[in-house]
Amino acid sequence: MDLSAINPVLLIASLMVAATPILLAALGELVVEKAGVLNLGVEGMMITGAICGFAIAVETGSPVIGFLAAAIGGALLSMLFGILTQYLMSNQVATGLALTLFGLGISSLLGQDYVGVRPPLTGGLFPDALADLPVVGPIIFGHDWMVYVSLGLVAGIWAFLKYSRAGLILRAVGESHDAAHALGYNVIAVRLAAIAFGGACAGLGGAYLSLIRVPQWTEGMTAGAGWIALAIVVFAGWRPWRVLIGAYLFGGVTVLQLNLQAAGVAVSAEYLSMSPYLITILVLVLISAGRGRAALGAPASLGRSFHASH
Amino acid sequence: MKMKTLLTGAAFALGLAGAAMAQDKTKVGFIYVGPIGDGGWTYEHDQGRLAVEEHFGDSVETVYQESVPEGADAERAITQMALGGADLIFTTSFGYMDPTVAVAEKFPDVKFEHATGYKRADNVSTYSARFYEGRAVQGHIAGKMTKTNKVGYIASFPIPEVIRGINSAYLHASRVNPDVEFNVIWVYTWFDPAKEADAATALIEQGADVILQHTDSTAPLAAAEGFDGVIGFGQASDMAEYKDGPRVSSIIDNWAPYYIARTQAVIDGSWESVDTWDGISTGMVELGEMTDKVPAELQAEANALIEAMRSGEYHPFTGPINKQDGSAWLAEGEVADDGTLAGMNFYIEGVTGDIPG
Repeated sequence: MDLSAINPVLLIASLMVAATPILLAALGELVVEKAGVLNLGVEGMMITGAICGFAIAVETGSPVIGFLAAAIGGALLSMLFGILTQYLMSNQVATGLALTLFGLGISSLLGQDYVGVRPPLTGGLFPDALADLPVVGPIIFGHDWMVYVSLGLVAGIWAFLKYSRAGLILRAVGESHDAAHALGYNVIAVRLAAIAFGGACAGLGGAYLSLIRVPQWTEGMTAGAGWIALAIVVFAGWRPWRVLIGAYLFGGVTVLQLNLQAAGVAVSAEYLSMSPYLITILVLVLISAGRGRAALGAPASLGRSFHASH
Repeated sequence: MKMKTLLTGAAFALGLAGAAMAQDKTKVGFIYVGPIGDGGWTYEHDQGRLAVEEHFGDSVETVYQESVPEGADAERAITQMALGGADLIFTTSFGYMDPTVAVAEKFPDVKFEHATGYKRADNVSTYSARFYEGRAVQGHIAGKMTKTNKVGYIASFPIPEVIRGINSAYLHASRVNPDVEFNVIWVYTWFDPAKEADAATALIEQGADVILQHTDSTAPLAAAEGFDGVIGFGQASDMAEYKDGPRVSSIIDNWAPYYIARTQAVIDGSWESVDTWDGISTGMVELGEMTDKVPAELQAEANALIEAMRSGEYHPFTGPINKQDGSAWLAEGEVADDGTLAGMNFYIEGVTGDIPG
């Protein structure tokens, strides 16, 4: 056992990278659920984003365009879910699951020519001089620009939901779509916009995997990250800053587990793999104890179909 | 996840029912643990399947099911394939062992071939490759090329095949470099590119400059590419796309000749349950071309080692070798028997850490 082999600075830096895909996807899903829609297709949208971003980045040589394409790809796929659930009133849970299966399938179809191809490298945001500073360098300045985008999104979504009128309308639609409708808001349009945003974020998360974290295209490469993102939204009680904590906690446990093993600490890997989920359950029990569903912060209309019958 | 796998199974069953018509053809089925595009283990098995198709042309039809989880779900997938009229089914991962045997009991007329396991029946053969011969070469190169004396090893599950690989690599690394140290990470998956990449990164950040992997994707090589002076090896497949990056050589599993021979045996009616364990000598295990990063002298040593194993004059587990606790395993000149190797559940002396239970 050699704990000194673990460099805490590098550990924190790599947990930020490990957490970014699930952070992005969870932020998107947070907005979707705040609008009262439960989209279980995060995994499918992530992997579609992963291949769209990868393919376009390879073809154009530009990771920025790749990430844009990933967002568009994820949003397009989510529109399939949007049309089915919002106009055709299909069941959100079943449609979301179908979206995941569809996304996994279409991504491997799209990705056939990209196995083994290497993507263009995504650069850092800050100059090397800053990134080379001790301690703060790797943690604060050493990342690729997408990490900062994801952190900016946390703040942006928080401010949007809390302070903006549009955010208020979105929350109203999620809490009581009938009331929002009676006030004259277009429930379907708001929800479609939220679903598209969620798809775009999931696409970005997937592209972060294929363009930066791994970086390559492999079929099925999200390997369940979308489901973790879904769990983190619940863990966070539908609050953006807690999503950040949840994602970093999850990324932290993942990276810490690997580092402890590499350092020869005899911790059973199963326990560490379980721990984020155990923590999720624990948090759910604690924050909901005796105060009911509202205390959890779940939008009241979550998962319910809206049909303007009058 | 449960729902997802259920639905996959259902969709798969429908697909097979529709395709089960052509009776006169010999139908060969393959169950894969990962996607065929993984670039490693499953990719090579699928290359074997394609070779069967090419060799037999219209007289043989192949079907496959990819990303089948090990465990109970596998039993359903294998059953569906047998119900769909397959005459011969290759189940290509260790975790399919019990499901394969269970399904084989219900379908006595269907022949089954399970890769890397040890349970056989009248209609169940096992086949595997002596990957540890390739690991010996890897270990030799790793021991010579590491500058930090730290070798990172991404292991999947604590099963004999994987433990054998670690032992063989360590043995040959430590013979050429007594100071070498192996850091092993168990990731408990055969295929999860993100986790494999993270494991590689964690090992490299802790000082390893050679990465060996026993997982199926090319992600560890992709991750190693981001660091200067780190080398790795292709696993199960050549992974030649990383030749100008970290990949210095590879272990290639060549299943095609075996798959063709076994299919021929089914067609001829001469199929029998056998236990095949081939290595470099028959070409089931191949070593991928070494890149210029490996010094010429070391290449010559590695090639000599390969030749010695091909001719049978050298066995990678030749004594004296002690177990991790210091007790004697093989005496001077003694060669490990296949039974012990097949069930290997201990580290040899010098490997640090414990095998997880």
